[in-house]
Amino acid sequence: MKNVRQKACAAAFVFASAFGGTGQAQQGGGDPIERELDTYRSMMKSDPWSNPGMLDVDRGEALWKTPAGPSNVSLDQCDLGLGPGKVDGAFATLPRYFVDADRVMDVEARILWCMEKLQGFDRVKLLTRPHPSAGMPVKVLGAIATYVAYRSNGRSFSATFSHPKEREALALGETLFFRRTGPMDFACSTCHADSGKRIRLQPLPFFSKPDEARKNLGEWPAYRVSTAHVMTMQHRIYDCFWQMRLPEVELGSDVSIALISYLVKQAEGGQINIPGMKR
Amino acid sequence: MSKKRRMRFVLLTYSAFAGASYAQQMEATDEGRIETAMHAAFPEARPDWLSRLKGDQTMRACSKYRDAPPAEVARTIAARESATIQYPPDGRLIGDWKKGEQLAQSGYGLRFTDYPPTRENGGNCYACHQLTKEEVSHGTVGPSLVQYGKIRRFSEAEAKVAYDKTYNSHATSPCSLMPRFGTNGVLTIEQIRDIVGLLMSPESPVNRP
Repeated sequence: MKNVRQKACAAAFVFASAFGGTGQAQQGGGDPIERELDTYRSMMKSDPWSNPGMLDVDRGEALWKTPAGPSNVSLDQCDLGLGPGKVDGAFATLPRYFVDADRVMDVEARILWCMEKLQGFDRVKLLTRPHPSAGMPVKVLGAIATYVAYRSNGRSFSATFSHPKEREALALGETLFFRRTGPMDFACSTCHADSGKRIRLQPLPFFSKPDEARKNLGEWPAYRVSTAHVMTMQHRIYDCFWQMRLPEVELGSDVSIALISYLVKQAEGGQINIPGMKR
Repeated sequence: MSKKRRMRFVLLTYSAFAGASYAQQMEATDEGRIETAMHAAFPEARPDWLSRLKGDQTMRACSKYRDAPPAEVARTIAARESATIQYPPDGRLIGDWKKGEQLAQSGYGLRFTDYPPTRENGGNCYACHQLTKEEVSHGTVGPSLVQYGKIRRFSEAEAKVAYDKTYNSHATSPCSLMPRFGTNGVLTIEQIRDIVGLLMSPESPVNRP
């Protein structure tokens, strides 16, 4: 743990230098802004231990194994789809239908379920302000999700979407992805409808293209430098809806799970490599 | 790309797209069920925000055709949206470019963290468009608008085109990705006029050599 922290501190220094704008362009391309951004991205990714998100992988592991909640039990008996307590490779098979809950769940919805049903936490409290504000660490649920996702690193997205409810989630997700909503007329596809586009300087993935979807999905949960915390996929979608001028979407809602199902399907076969690194 | 290769690319793209359409096979995508799912997903929505979860006719058509409406649908959209455009009472369409530049920079407004409002809504033009050579932090979802007015010889008719496009982009480009700033009440007539000023004033940084 100490080692991780030291490395993360060293990493923070590297980021500071990158932000100072002294990085030399390494990759081709005519646009000087794009070259600077490429340098910055490659510096962030060059050493996996330079990723502060690793701290939350460790924190999530401790949280998974430590008795907590009114029932004072650990998440040892939490079934992520491969059997109680089986964490390795579970994230790669999600989202999936769970008989006990009678619904399709992504990793965060499933951990939420376990915290409620096994540990006895109050669901309403878990769903109140579930995402960190800028500069604050990812919350307990997000840290556990980061640990669980990390334990699928090197595996490929392989959710089967064979159960009728899984296919239904996929269909809903696809429809929602292209559905214009809110006072700005935005759909997900407004920003993610083409390759190589940016909002200000932020590059946007084009999810209809499998290689872009695979690369992007394989990086979530990700450490976000601009807000200095790990951001989960549910948080990412919450933020997209915020930008679309919609109200606050509930973590683990059928809508967010449907969208995640659609994105994971687009990324099918892509390798998981988390925590990713984002601006 | 040769004609043959381009054809193959188009076909491949088309089949990938068609193959990815899970929605076509499902009833889960019925509008009533979508609205039910949306209401459940936003339990904290204030009553006056519920209309935001619903789309109007134009949004529904654009969603259905994934922003590529057939000609007849496109004509219907253009006619409906044109009818919503309102003009300044004095007929002047070119406002203050300095205010327009501020509006182009600001993405403030209508997000749930923007209430109660502390300043006027922005147009956030730079999020998607390049407008001036000085501002390097610009998006590329929309076309570059550098030299917009100069290219168009600062004509009166082009000022109206810019005004209409900003007020309601669907009037001229049905299923445009650009928000309907005027029709949807994101920006006021006055603000839209200032943005037209930014695009169409000879002194504006958009048109500087």
